[in-house]
Amino acid sequence: MKARVTVTLKAGVLDPQGQAIEGSLASLGFGGVKGVRQGKVFDLVLDGTDVEAARTQLTGMCEKLLANTVIENYQIEISN
Amino acid sequence: MKAAVIVFPGLNRDRDMIAALTKIGGVAPAEVWHQDADIPDVDLIVIPGGFSYGDYLRCGAIAARSPMMDKIRERAAKGVKVLGVCNGFQILIEAGLLPGALMRNTSLKFVCREVKLEVTNTDNVFTNGYTKGQIIRCPVAHHDGNYFADAETLAALEGDGRVAFRYAEGTNPNGSINNIAGILNAEKNVLGLMPHPENLIEAAHGGIDGRALFAALLDKAA
Repeated sequence: MKARVTVTLKAGVLDPQGQAIEGSLASLGFGGVKGVRQGKVFDLVLDGTDVEAARTQLTGMCEKLLANTVIENYQIEISN
Repeated sequence: MKAAVIVFPGLNRDRDMIAALTKIGGVAPAEVWHQDADIPDVDLIVIPGGFSYGDYLRCGAIAARSPMMDKIRERAAKGVKVLGVCNGFQILIEAGLLPGALMRNTSLKFVCREVKLEVTNTDNVFTNGYTKGQIIRCPVAHHDGNYFADAETLAALEGDGRVAFRYAEGTNPNGSINNIAGILNAEKNVLGLMPHPENLIEAAHGGIDGRALFAALLDKAA
C-alpha cells in the first residue's frame, strides 16, 4: 500500500519562502500569480492492506513527527 | 551546582557552551551523548546550538523525538533547570517543552551578527542577574529563529512574564512575533533563546554581557 502525506502551512502563517518563489515567478515573466505557499510531500510505502488501520497510523505519524501542528496542516492520501 | 551539556549529532556549539560553563562555574559540566543511558544527577541541563541531524525535516525535529528527550522531559518535570540555546531552543520547542514554533527567518537568510536584547522579565532563575528592561549585546547565528505562536499562547507568554528576552527596537534579525528572542515554560525552569550568550562571556569575546545568565544559574558572581 502506498500513501502520500502533504504538509502545508496553515492559513495566516507567514510563508517567506512562498513569497520569495512568487517574486521569482514574477521576475521570470509568469504573470497572474496571486499567491504561492510552499509545502512538503512525503511518499510512504506501508505493509498490509487495511486502509483504515493505515489511515490511523498515518494520522499518528503526522501528529507526532511529519507535521508541526502549531503551524502546519496535513493531508493523507492512500492508494493500493 | 552541577550542570550537564547534552550533545546530539550535528550540534557544534557544545564546546563553546562547555567552555562558558567551566569558566564561569569553575567546574566542567558533564558531557552527555544522546545515546548515553542516563543524565547524571545535575541541577542544570543545557542543550547547545548547532544543526542536530542536519536540520532534516524541521530544525530540531528529530532530536526532539529521541529517547534522550524523554529523560530531559522527566527532569524538567521534577524542577531541574533546562536551557536551550539556538538549535537547543528549536529542539525544546519541537519537543513541546516550550510553546510555539520557530520558522525560517523572514529575510530567508542565515543571520550571523550581534543584536541588542532587552531583558524583558527577571523574576526567574535565568535572568535574575540582569535588571528588568536592561539592554544587553548578544550574538545571533541562525536560519530559523522566527518565533511564531497563536494569539492565545502569545497572550499567556506576555501575561505571565514568560518572555525572557526581546530583540531591542530595530534589531529583530528574523521577524519574530513581538520581537521575541527567548521564552520560559509556565513553571519558569525551562528557557529557550535563539541568541548565544555563551559567546559573550569574556574580554576576548569583546564583551561579557552573556555572563550574568550563567552566573545566576551556577550561583556565581558575574
